[in-house]
Amino acid sequence: MGTTENVAPDRRTLTAHPVRTTKSTRHRRGFLAVLWANKKSRAGMLLLGLFVMTALIGPWIAPYSPYATNYAIMQTPTLHHWLGTTQNGQDVLSELIYGTRLSLEVTFVAGFGATAISIVMAFAAGYLGRWLDDILSFITNVFLVIPGLPLMVVLAAYSPVRGIIVIMAVLTVTGWAWGARVLRAQVLALRNRDYVIAARFAGEAPFRIMFREILPNMLSLVGANFLGASLAALLGAASLEFLGFGDPTALSWGSMLYWAQNSGALLQGQWAWIFAPGFCIALLGMSLILLNFGLDEISNPRLRGES
Amino acid sequence: MRYLTRRVAFLIGTLWVALTFNFLIPRMMPGSPAETMIANFHGKGQINPNALHAIQIMLGISTAPLWKQYLQYWGQVLQFKFGISYTYFPYTVTHMIAQALPYTLILVGACTVISFVLGTSLGIAAAWWRGGRFDATATTALNFSSAFPYFWFALFAAYWVSFRFHWLPLSGAFSSSISPMFNWTFVSSALRHAILPALTIVISSMGGWLLGMRNNMISTLREDYIVLAEAKGLRASWIAFRYAARNAILPNITGFAMALGFVVSGSLVMETVFAYPGIGYLLVNAVGNEDYPLMQGVFLIIVLAVVMANFVVDLLYVFIDPRVSNEGRV
Repeated sequence: MGTTENVAPDRRTLTAHPVRTTKSTRHRRGFLAVLWANKKSRAGMLLLGLFVMTALIGPWIAPYSPYATNYAIMQTPTLHHWLGTTQNGQDVLSELIYGTRLSLEVTFVAGFGATAISIVMAFAAGYLGRWLDDILSFITNVFLVIPGLPLMVVLAAYSPVRGIIVIMAVLTVTGWAWGARVLRAQVLALRNRDYVIAARFAGEAPFRIMFREILPNMLSLVGANFLGASLAALLGAASLEFLGFGDPTALSWGSMLYWAQNSGALLQGQWAWIFAPGFCIALLGMSLILLNFGLDEISNPRLRGES
Repeated sequence: MRYLTRRVAFLIGTLWVALTFNFLIPRMMPGSPAETMIANFHGKGQINPNALHAIQIMLGISTAPLWKQYLQYWGQVLQFKFGISYTYFPYTVTHMIAQALPYTLILVGACTVISFVLGTSLGIAAAWWRGGRFDATATTALNFSSAFPYFWFALFAAYWVSFRFHWLPLSGAFSSSISPMFNWTFVSSALRHAILPALTIVISSMGGWLLGMRNNMISTLREDYIVLAEAKGLRASWIAFRYAARNAILPNITGFAMALGFVVSGSLVMETVFAYPGIGYLLVNAVGNEDYPLMQGVFLIIVLAVVMANFVVDLLYVFIDPRVSNEGRV
């Protein structure tokens, strides 16, 4: 339980403040450069860039329309259909390319939403108040204890509509607790630093202290959190859609897996139809994990020498 | 003592939140799926008025004021009366849960233990020979495995092992030609059906234990008392297990105890892929069939198990790591 409290204090913050302006401009320029310099996070950036490109220019590079149903159904990979066709005679490769956009959207919207809630909860609990801290920490712990997937399923079931918005909302609501806990510990650690106390004595408003003084000094932790929440959202969305709680008509990797499973793709020997979306999910997830390695080394310079 | 009261308060608080959530959500829904469901029940033949009453209380089909409904709801929950399942009419929800529970408890429970023991031991090895070949391969492979969806892996395992090579049965918990009884035919069939789901769970969940143990152990190995032990010339295995692992394992123990609580929720996805008749499968089916009484009952049982496990962990922790009971006092 005590592990989150022992988050190693960010060494950079000890020296950051007296020369804040120069430091932060240099820092902003250096952020991407540090990520790029690290071999693992460079691979992550390239991989993620590839997916973002595919999402943007998908309609131009897909060989067919993913909605066209005029091909022979349930084909295994052929020269014309590299990944085969579906039970309705759609081209699987085109579906995969078009589906990239929605899968990325769900991943990052839910990841962003969860991180935003985490930040608000962390500051409200860690900086603002004693009784508020008790209440918010209790709520956070409740969300940590209740098992994620069953909660997602029940929330999705009670929702009067099915669809991608519901999936994003459910993933956001179930995904913020861990981040809130980690960030709160960091806020608690930073709030008693000299520069924060000095800012308080100088009469700065609490909001300014929280968002201009403390937040910039925990950005890498927030970033790591965003990546973690996005990975959880990616896998959560895939599971929910696979189980049939998504919108089966929306084109995403998860709904492709749902249709593939429900038309018995594997039993028909159509391994490519199942393999491809799952592999894309795995690659996107891997790119997030690789990026996280780089962020870790930014926030914890001691790791840099080791690898 | 202060620690204990805090934990009890948390236990009660969590249960209250979960139960109240379960009470409020169906009542806040626009339209009433529950009423449509009750109407459909009448098409299914005679229904016991008592059971119908229980469902009405649980799902909020009532003209009574909300606070009164809330009290009635608590009364039902405390007696484990969740009404009748809509899908498995005329069986009660409690009956269905009792039927599914053993499969989940045995299969997922065994997997959790195996995966914890294997993962933690391998984590100790990876940390001890950190930077070596085993550490590099295991850490990279497991990082990759944490990025892909479990069901994807399970589908391919089922395809190759069961469908192509017919080594193991494809789905279910026992052969459809026999009925569940406690004899050798049934037990051996159940075991054969459990191997593949168990393997996929163990392989996919081992990584977390390994990485957690490895990272804790590496930071423990940097402590001064380890250096001292080495300087004294103690045997390497003695240092690894008695000095380092013993202290580094605490977070993993917490995780393990929590995981035991999660056993009851089973593995929704695993049970769906393999059509394994456990609690997770029951929940997914209940949602798919809009069987609200069953869904509510299953969810409550899952939450109850997790919260209780969490409480037990907190109590055990006082003995494993006495520092926690000083929390706040330092």
